[in-house]
Amino acid sequence: MLCYVAVFVTQLMTMSDFRPKVATTARLARLEIVTERMDQYAEEFAQILEFVGQLESVDTDGVEPMAHPLDLVQRLRPDAVQPLESTAAYTDLAPESEDNLYLVPRVVE
Amino acid sequence: MSLYSLSLSEMAEGLRAGEFSCEELTQSSVDRIGATQPAINALTTDSFEQALAQAREVDARPAGRSWQPLEGIPFLHKDIFCTEGVTTSCGSKMLANFVPPYSATVHQKLRDQGAVCVGKTNMDEFAMGSSNENSYFGPVRNPWNTDRVTGGSSGGSAAAVAARWTPFATGTDTGGSVRQPAAFCGLTGIKPTYGRVSRWGIVAFASSLDQAGIIARSAHDCALGLGAIAGFDPQDSTSVDRPVPDYAAGLQSSLEGVRVGVPDEYFGEGIETPVADLAHAAIDDLAKAGAQIERVSLPHAHLAVPTYYIVAPAEASSNLSRFDGVRYGYRCENPRDLTDLYMRSRGEGFGTEVKRRILVGTYALSAGYYDAFYLKAQRVRRLIAADFEQAFEKVDVLVGPTTPTPAFEVGEKAHDPVSMYMADINTTALNLAGLPGLSMPVGQVDGLPVGMQVIGNYFDEGRILNVAHQYQQLTSWHTAAPEMLS
Repeated sequence: MLCYVAVFVTQLMTMSDFRPKVATTARLARLEIVTERMDQYAEEFAQILEFVGQLESVDTDGVEPMAHPLDLVQRLRPDAVQPLESTAAYTDLAPESEDNLYLVPRVVE
Repeated sequence: MSLYSLSLSEMAEGLRAGEFSCEELTQSSVDRIGATQPAINALTTDSFEQALAQAREVDARPAGRSWQPLEGIPFLHKDIFCTEGVTTSCGSKMLANFVPPYSATVHQKLRDQGAVCVGKTNMDEFAMGSSNENSYFGPVRNPWNTDRVTGGSSGGSAAAVAARWTPFATGTDTGGSVRQPAAFCGLTGIKPTYGRVSRWGIVAFASSLDQAGIIARSAHDCALGLGAIAGFDPQDSTSVDRPVPDYAAGLQSSLEGVRVGVPDEYFGEGIETPVADLAHAAIDDLAKAGAQIERVSLPHAHLAVPTYYIVAPAEASSNLSRFDGVRYGYRCENPRDLTDLYMRSRGEGFGTEVKRRILVGTYALSAGYYDAFYLKAQRVRRLIAADFEQAFEKVDVLVGPTTPTPAFEVGEKAHDPVSMYMADINTTALNLAGLPGLSMPVGQVDGLPVGMQVIGNYFDEGRILNVAHQYQQLTSWHTAAPEMLS
């Protein structure tokens, strides 16, 4: 039942309560939300959660979750090497690359 | 009559008879795009040079050969299909300069058929939107009235076909993105069964819902387009291995005895009366053609939009995590460290609606909320699919208005996401269930087209195309063209 309590609690929260929630979620998603837009995102986030919260009242006891249409089973392919003609065709797409490596800011000091 | 305005069949016949060359036909399309792009903004990238070169190749083939159905026919791709050597932006700043090193299976299949891609069409960023106002490249304008939206997310494809740029265009449909813009632009658009068309090389939005489709001027032309792109692809693990019927050859069946179900829920709250009236009139036409009309119920239909707006953002938040500013796509200036690189590249590279959905999706999948949101939505998804299963025990197809209203004004819903989401009220359930559906024009309200949706059982694309084709033999709504462009 804990999950239903969570939905109920979100519905009682006011918009200002959503700012930290949005900030935490944005951090999880590695997504910068600039400060001046935070109120707008919090307000819309609250509206959307309220809208999707209507599912809470649906009786789904005993209903198997449906992750996929057709309930497909994952097909496996033969475990065979498929060589790339040119790795450069892929690394050249990167904003920065060198010697077949992707360059990022230093991660170890 | 200009070459660009010919129907697909007329183009094919003219090419075969040598009345005009493929180069002339392609040039006519190129000129048409140049003349009308400023008014509708439906193009993101052209591939005119490659198209004209390919057209000359088609012209150089021996006369009197056996032609493939789409050989020499110009078309456009929604800018979500990877095209080797041609920018694939997905309507986003994130991919504005992305030139893929490979092509989508759909593109390869059309090329193998000899169809000529003249460019890429504008779209809602990452296919997230119902109005085509969410594009980094600006909104697309509806050729029927340029103050109105085209619908989305395949709005550029719909506007392009309505403006007679090419006789068909590709689209993708995750919650209505082929059917809704087809309805708003007076066209026929089909979203096939999940798994019917390969998703390989299509930029992923919500992988359990995404499916490629065709927008064209008639059910017949949709049948030709779908026949070209459908089929098993070992590169897509969800592609289904079963034969592809000759959809165009199957358009000859009478509607005598076809059981047409009319769900009460598709005429419920929010559906404007003139739109409902046109759908009822079209249903009467089907009845006159011999169809048996039966009332049916889809009791969970009203839950489709909220369910969709958990499932789709959840899958999107996962799919879009690949855009990290490292391997391809936009990277922010002067990142302080790796986390700053991720956060600012994504924050600056994605537009508002995409960020909104990543936030909702990430939240729905996060610890403590997963059961309440994502798992709950998956359970309701099964109830929605079960409604269809029961309905299809009694009827062959289901029909109802594609959209609650005709095309709304640019800017009208832009600042109210939930109101915008309700534009998908009759379309999202099919994606959740994985069923095929099409939209066909059935009339106009104040000069704006209205569409009716025809929904089929799994892999029954042939039947819904035939229902639409038979309707189009009796009516002429599908032949109407926007006045500003005539």
